[in-house]
Amino acid sequence: MDTILEMHNITKVYPGVTALDNVSISIKKGEVHALIGENGAGKTTLMNILYGLYQPDAGRILLNGKPVSINSPREAIALGIGMVHQHFMLVENFTVAENIVLGHEPRKGLTLDMEAAKASVREVSDRFGLEVDPDARIEDISVGLSQRVEILKALHKGAEILILDEPTAVLTPQEIDDLGEILQNLTKEGKSIIMITHKLKEVLGMSDRVTILRRGKVVGTVQTSETTADELAEMMVGREVNLSSDKAEKTAGEVILSVEHLTVKDHRNLPAVKDVSFEVRQGEILAIAGVDGNGQKELVEAITGLMPTESGKVTLCGKDITGANPRTVIEAGTGHIPQDRQKRGLILQSSLTENLILGYHYRPPFAKNGRMDQVKIAEHGKELIQEFDIRTPNQEVSAGSLSGGNQQKVIIAREFYKDPSLLIAAQPTRGLDVGAIEFVHMRLLEQRDNNKAVLLVSLELDEIMNLADRIAVIYHGQIVGVLDAAQATERKLGLMMAGGTSEDKGDVS
Amino acid sequence: MKGKLTYIWSVTRLPVVAVAFGFIVGALCIAVTGNNPLVAYMALFKGSLGSMPSIGETMYKVTPILFTGLAAAISFRCGLFNIGAEGQYVVATVATVAVAWFGQELPRLILLPLILIAGFCAGGIWGGFAGLLKAKRGINEVISTIMLNWIALYIANYMVRVPLSTNVLAGLPRAGHSVIIPDAAKLTKLKELVSSFGYSSAHTGIFIALAAAVVMWYILFKTTTGYEIRTVGLNASAAEYGGISKAKNTVLAMFLSGGLAGLGGAVQITGLVFMVNQSPALPGYGFTGLSVALVGCSHPLGVIPSALLFGILENGSRQMQLAGIPSEITSIISGVILVFIAGSLILKLAGDKLKFFGKNPAVDTGKEGA
Repeated sequence: MDTILEMHNITKVYPGVTALDNVSISIKKGEVHALIGENGAGKTTLMNILYGLYQPDAGRILLNGKPVSINSPREAIALGIGMVHQHFMLVENFTVAENIVLGHEPRKGLTLDMEAAKASVREVSDRFGLEVDPDARIEDISVGLSQRVEILKALHKGAEILILDEPTAVLTPQEIDDLGEILQNLTKEGKSIIMITHKLKEVLGMSDRVTILRRGKVVGTVQTSETTADELAEMMVGREVNLSSDKAEKTAGEVILSVEHLTVKDHRNLPAVKDVSFEVRQGEILAIAGVDGNGQKELVEAITGLMPTESGKVTLCGKDITGANPRTVIEAGTGHIPQDRQKRGLILQSSLTENLILGYHYRPPFAKNGRMDQVKIAEHGKELIQEFDIRTPNQEVSAGSLSGGNQQKVIIAREFYKDPSLLIAAQPTRGLDVGAIEFVHMRLLEQRDNNKAVLLVSLELDEIMNLADRIAVIYHGQIVGVLDAAQATERKLGLMMAGGTSEDKGDVS
Repeated sequence: MKGKLTYIWSVTRLPVVAVAFGFIVGALCIAVTGNNPLVAYMALFKGSLGSMPSIGETMYKVTPILFTGLAAAISFRCGLFNIGAEGQYVVATVATVAVAWFGQELPRLILLPLILIAGFCAGGIWGGFAGLLKAKRGINEVISTIMLNWIALYIANYMVRVPLSTNVLAGLPRAGHSVIIPDAAKLTKLKELVSSFGYSSAHTGIFIALAAAVVMWYILFKTTTGYEIRTVGLNASAAEYGGISKAKNTVLAMFLSGGLAGLGGAVQITGLVFMVNQSPALPGYGFTGLSVALVGCSHPLGVIPSALLFGILENGSRQMQLAGIPSEITSIISGVILVFIAGSLILKLAGDKLKFFGKNPAVDTGKEGA
């Protein structure tokens, strides 16, 4: 295979931080090249340089052996470099075709030639086997399809090298498989793909070669076929990582959370949670497994008082909290790591200090008679930042300026400080790197070992099998079965997640 | 210390640059009309800050817009756009006159505070009502406060002509203005305290306004109430998650906002006008307040220099006109400042959306991964 792209000795220095230190990487034509590293390792910075968003302080870029300088995304696109960002940049109420041709629309006189646009979109989508309905509106299609549209958008602009930033972070297991197929089709057509990720499983499954970055430096580039997850994790973090956590045997105690016949309607007024009942006990982790969008969000929001309940009963530590407001639920002893950390969990524009008291900002020692004690609050912030190893220049920076893993640490620190009887963790490791995942898992198990109850909602079967004592599978808003972790296998759970009931499990095992 | 200064500069940079830009564009316009910008600006500042009486005149012009600026600022902080400071101000002026008239037997030490509280409450209820509509029924506060402005104006006109008219109270035909408030209800003129203020009508209301700014700063940044209001304004979903009621804080912020506008009305009556006139149009202080809050970065203490700037522009324009320069230049200056500030806010918003930042190194290096 020929080398299509080389980045030589790229260095990028920000005041006080060397984001990239002499980084070199080469991409071969027709390969999937994974770029992995912890949060803050410099993966995104490197790709943003390639995409023309930032300029390197030193180093050069060779495209097909010729040196190029890329000063803007426009120039990058002209050179055949396309990027699919982690947060999609699509116009929600435009159609697929409109989004794809946006910026270089075919015209007929003064008007838009929509037919030509659709035809050209169809042509590209047929060529690469990326099926989409050009007339569907973005707001109506799934996340996986939106990503497909983003990829098409880049291909439509003539991308030869495609940068995918955390492509699997928002996808369901099935959608991840689909993406794998898409990538195969693309490489067959001679496209080269750079995939930024920190999910090792997908690196092993999808890529041809892997380059590992750590703290702005290249640790190494290896053939995927010649490496293992443990080896990659070690190279990323710089020490041995325990990917499967050891759990001490523990018998569950009293019932902490009891949910009986709970029904919840979503914002479109359709039933999202239907007659759900389960219990979480002291010293156990109950995991809710399921494909995204099967009522998990509504279930958690109804328990925490963020959504109204239609019928049923929720009891926490013997106290009826059905339909109670969020503050009452918090005061009854709940900690909540929300699924959408940027929307629910953090005030992105506010300082870490202010974020670290959300939910108990009105209680002593942080406030007395409505007056906030800034000194205590600042001390509290400092302590938590240290205890939870939140990587930040200082506690006054805004939460939005932190990396995803550190944002999650802020939330975890705050929720653990409450010392809650019940901790609800909704997709707590979504988008985190292995180091951070290890940290979150350790903390969740610690909570369980301290005889607290943990309700874990996750889309990752590995995570669930690793942590849970019991597993409830949710499908279409209903609990189709509850298994002991010891009896659960990935196949069994997968089948139940697709709607098979626990009775079917006999056929499988 | 240096960090603190850099921080202050990072937040004040935008309005400072905007103001400089406004004056530069103003200078160009003056030059185009064949005048000397230097002469014009000398006159502007001489007319507004050149002598004790002119400083006094500027101060009394600053007073009402400082109140309405604070009113707008606190609503902005809760993510609300209170365009109703006009109506809240008008309602409060009527309440002020009514309380002053019916309480005229009371001693000054009781009557004056009572009047100010009445003004605050009248404006607060008028604003809080719009807040309630938003919290309970989701009615956009921009629409409801605009409508409430006109309702306030026509109620005021009726009150002034009928129940609160001197003539009606004395059994004579209706007149176009209300009764004049008793002396016990009037604020002290500054010239009575410091004689060098001379002809200026400045009154102690400016101190009430400054005190209100400090109190608002304290509430917003040092109390749980302020924390909750700001959290709702920055991220209502996160506020809810943190056990903070969006509905309660919406009503509260609108009450405080309306209250400040109302206090402005009460101070204007007790300090300067002493009665309410029948009027075909809204007084305009509320709208100026929006500009004042924008230039002041919605910060209660930032609103003070911002209101001063608008006061200087308004008061100094007369002197500029005497120097042969069209007074409309000051409107151009304030217009340019606003366009610049609003424009950069829009750019900033768009920038956040497109993620094309690149100025803040913490953002750049920190945005690795998810």
